[in-house]
Amino acid sequence: MTSFRFVRALLIAILLVGAPVAAMAQAPQPQPPQQEGFVPVDQLPGQEALPAAPLVAAAYGVAWAAVLIYLFSIWKRLGTVERELTEVTRRLESGGRR
Amino acid sequence: MHKSFPVLLVLTIGLFAYAPFAIINAPYEATMGLVQKIFYFHVPTAITMFVAAFTCGIASAIFLFTSRRGADRVGFAAAEITVLLGLIVLVSGPLWARKAWGVWWQWDARLTSTLVMWLVFQAYLLLRRFGGPGSEKLSAAVAMFGAALVPFVYWSVNLWRTVHPTTNVIPTLAPSMRTPFLWCLAAFMCLFVLLIAARVELEKRRTRLDDLYLALED
Repeated sequence: MTSFRFVRALLIAILLVGAPVAAMAQAPQPQPPQQEGFVPVDQLPGQEALPAAPLVAAAYGVAWAAVLIYLFSIWKRLGTVERELTEVTRRLESGGRR
Repeated sequence: MHKSFPVLLVLTIGLFAYAPFAIINAPYEATMGLVQKIFYFHVPTAITMFVAAFTCGIASAIFLFTSRRGADRVGFAAAEITVLLGLIVLVSGPLWARKAWGVWWQWDARLTSTLVMWLVFQAYLLLRRFGGPGSEKLSAAVAMFGAALVPFVYWSVNLWRTVHPTTNVIPTLAPSMRTPFLWCLAAFMCLFVLLIAARVELEKRRTRLDDLYLALED
């Protein structure tokens, strides 16, 4: 019985101490301040270059790829319509039906 | 196609060819470093997306009230370009945010409203594709709502507290950063005009093809 009380007291103590700690751990982190302007610098800090480079490359890569794929799709669609126009015009001139 | 198209094409290629050099020569930003260079494509794309959305909304309003086929063609072309540019904005933004904020995405007002606007123009394209007869008018109404979202997206960073940089960034840019930014903006504006011209031409030819098919049936 004594050991049961001890375990119960221990559990309550853990709960009382642990709950605020857990709540503090889960509390929303303060958001970084909103930026009002960009300040240029001459030299890039050494640790900056490596992690940011793939992100910059990916951003520019996606932009170029999206534009080029879209241009290609317009070119393909124009080609298809042009072929159909030629075909239908030929049929009309020969007086045929579809 | 219009006579000025080749001139515009050469100009656009020239602007985009020099853009990487302008961006590389631009100074690094003090707090963000290298990743800030995404800004030179991200923001001009976003501004051009706003212009495309406005073009689509105005052309759609003209089509709704006057039934001009030319306005519908411009609206359709602009909607497609809005979705294309929106995709670039929504991909390049999180790539910058991963380094600047430590997360890919934040459900803040600017990011969420941009995503909603992009989805509205996606809805426009889906309506045009699967809406059946009469979908032109319905999608034109959707486009007007999409264009109405543009001021909200733009002002969202000032109206609500967000982690996204404010609209104050562009007017206060250092001259060494302003020049490459304006260069890229000019490149994207030229690209927009070029894409609109090409896309409208495609729609014109499709209309001519439909007319020819009708003539063939008669």
